[in-house]
Amino acid sequence: MATTADNFQAHDEAHGHHDHDHKPAFFARWFMSTNHKDIGTLYLIFAIFAGIIGGAFSGMMRLELAAPGIQYLDKFSALFGVANPTFDQSLHLWNVLITAHGLIMVFFMVMPAIIGGFGNWFVPLMIGAPDMAFPRMNNISFWLTVAGFVSLLASAFVPGGTGQGAGIGWTAYAPLSTYGASGPAVDFAIFSLHMAGAASIMGAINFITTIFNMRAPGMTLHKMPLFVWSVLVTAFLLLLSLPVLAAAITMLLTDRNFGTTFFDAAGGGDPVLFQHLFWFFGHPEVYIMILPAFGIISQIISTFSKKPVFGYLGMAYAMVAIGVVGFIVWAHHMYSTGLSLNTKMYFTAATMVIAVPTGIKIFSWIATMWGGSISFKSPMVWAIGFIFLFTVGGVTGVYLANGGVDDVVHDTYFVVAHFHYVLSLGAVTGLFAGFYYWFPKMSGRWHSEFLAHVHFWIFFVGVNLIFFPQHFLGLQGMPRRYPDYAPAFEKWNALSTLGYKIMAASMVVWFINIIYAYTMGKKAEGNYWGEGADTLEWTLSSPPPFHQFETLPVIEDKGHH
Amino acid sequence: MTAATTRSANLRRTGLLAAGGALLMLALGFAAVPLYRIFCQVTGFGGTTMRVSEAQAAAVKVAAGSISVRFDGNVDRGMPWKFGPEQTTQEMRIGQRKVAYYRAQNLSDKPITGVASFNVSPDLAGKYFNKIQCFCFNQQTLQPGQTVDMPVLYYVDPAIMTDPETRDLQQITLSYTFHISAQDTANGLDRTERAR
Repeated sequence: MATTADNFQAHDEAHGHHDHDHKPAFFARWFMSTNHKDIGTLYLIFAIFAGIIGGAFSGMMRLELAAPGIQYLDKFSALFGVANPTFDQSLHLWNVLITAHGLIMVFFMVMPAIIGGFGNWFVPLMIGAPDMAFPRMNNISFWLTVAGFVSLLASAFVPGGTGQGAGIGWTAYAPLSTYGASGPAVDFAIFSLHMAGAASIMGAINFITTIFNMRAPGMTLHKMPLFVWSVLVTAFLLLLSLPVLAAAITMLLTDRNFGTTFFDAAGGGDPVLFQHLFWFFGHPEVYIMILPAFGIISQIISTFSKKPVFGYLGMAYAMVAIGVVGFIVWAHHMYSTGLSLNTKMYFTAATMVIAVPTGIKIFSWIATMWGGSISFKSPMVWAIGFIFLFTVGGVTGVYLANGGVDDVVHDTYFVVAHFHYVLSLGAVTGLFAGFYYWFPKMSGRWHSEFLAHVHFWIFFVGVNLIFFPQHFLGLQGMPRRYPDYAPAFEKWNALSTLGYKIMAASMVVWFINIIYAYTMGKKAEGNYWGEGADTLEWTLSSPPPFHQFETLPVIEDKGHH
Repeated sequence: MTAATTRSANLRRTGLLAAGGALLMLALGFAAVPLYRIFCQVTGFGGTTMRVSEAQAAAVKVAAGSISVRFDGNVDRGMPWKFGPEQTTQEMRIGQRKVAYYRAQNLSDKPITGVASFNVSPDLAGKYFNKIQCFCFNQQTLQPGQTVDMPVLYYVDPAIMTDPETRDLQQITLSYTFHISAQDTANGLDRTERAR
């Protein structure tokens, strides 16, 4: 792997300067890519594709939930090759949809876009490195992610117990995922997680090595842009949490197929152990999805306030603190498993501690804007939307952290509303903020700022309409993971489904904007946001050359960022 | 060494360290299984009861206070056994040994080996609930239609009276659930069918 970097340099020198933007032919460039920008682009395209599928699944769920009773599930079954489903098979499809929506959005949309996409594109650019440390491992990471996605999709077409597909929830709790679901579908889903997990671990090793060893001269850790800090912390979270998931799902696999009883009381195992292992991974995982968004938002707020970020070191170490504390709060997902009072008290207190560094970040963003020369370009509007939505989700998070409160609202729509406010609205809004911030840099073409604003406002109204009413549903006692509900819940559910349609319309605006950019978009200059955009990617052309920073940039010491 | 080889050595070192960290976490993930079992056995976490030898039990002095134990018995879903306690509660002095009986009957037409999982409620009492002999220490095989009385010999550790969390406790519930053993499952008893 290390020799790759040497070859890369040798290759560069051999070809000389006039030839340094030479790109390989189509197949070699896109299918055998070792270029961090091309791999980043592949990740982004893949994430958009997976997001469309995962988003379509959520649309199917919202459609079914628009009114009480079962209206659509039997018709949707035909899409998966089950022509005349029994009632149980239709209900099983619901479990398949919630499972696939969760797994796709977490592992094949948010993570590939925010870490694989923006991370690959901008970490080397921002630290002044010519590429990632291990370019070929980078390629393996991407294609393993694709293979994992294919495995997950394939699971929908093979038997999974009551019907086709893996209907085990994204948490894959035993015993539902062991002897509760026969057939190969669950095995396909588990393999999918193995592959996506291995890909992310390799990606994490790559980011850690790149950031520690390949920063431009003069760029100390304390001068790194906050987006790079966020990816560094995220990489550590991936590295330490994903192997635990890999161990847990490997044991699921042997429980399913080879007669072991790790999670089966009949053989001396304990199903609750799986929940501990899963959430030891699962809780850091939620920070894995949101921390890079924090980094993106920091860059954007600073750029469009034309000020350095307020409290740079505090911002960087707040992310480190969130990452560290994130590893010791996992059992707040398990308050209803019969934890003792003292255990609940500890996990409640530890969970609430996370609100402190998170608060530091929110207030520092506001302090950055305070007194700044703010211009409301589209990335800034998305970033401010992010701060609002994430804060709403953060507040319900503090509420849910209480073991006593969680006893009441556990597994209700209140929890669904909470984690969609921080992830679906938070992380995805952060992704769109990053998209509009960097799209002209990546493509060399301007999107329409007008359409970007239209996209934001329709999206903002839509997602709030989807998820805010779900708080009320949850507090009224509507349980999650069911395709049907009591008629008393109909009004808010109908409103939520209307919100989904509005959100879907905003996606049309987004796609039109992309088409506009590639057909009619103006050419973007190197630093198109002008003053305030002071990280290294803005010193390059848009799009940047195929190979950049052959002469390493030197970072001058001009005090703190 | 040239600058290029130094850098590639640095990259390799950082990469290997990171990969080592990932492998360590993978190992810890698997090690969690025995560690969790030991943790529960030592601390009584989740109401795990303690297992003591005859010699250890003989050294225990009977204390002044008394306590009541309530008995509960279930079978796992789909297990064709009838299983339950033969007495609802027992009163005893703290530290005094007691025998309680459960009765199990195999309602099916084939021999079935069962294994019992157990805990006590409240959870905090787990580390003070000591079993000297128990049917749950071994697997139990019942022939078709056979009925068996199963004893458990136990006492409550007098230390329960000095723990501020448990000293006011008046009753402990001991619960068992019988499962079809993993071997029987391997020998053709379809657990997916059972779960339905």
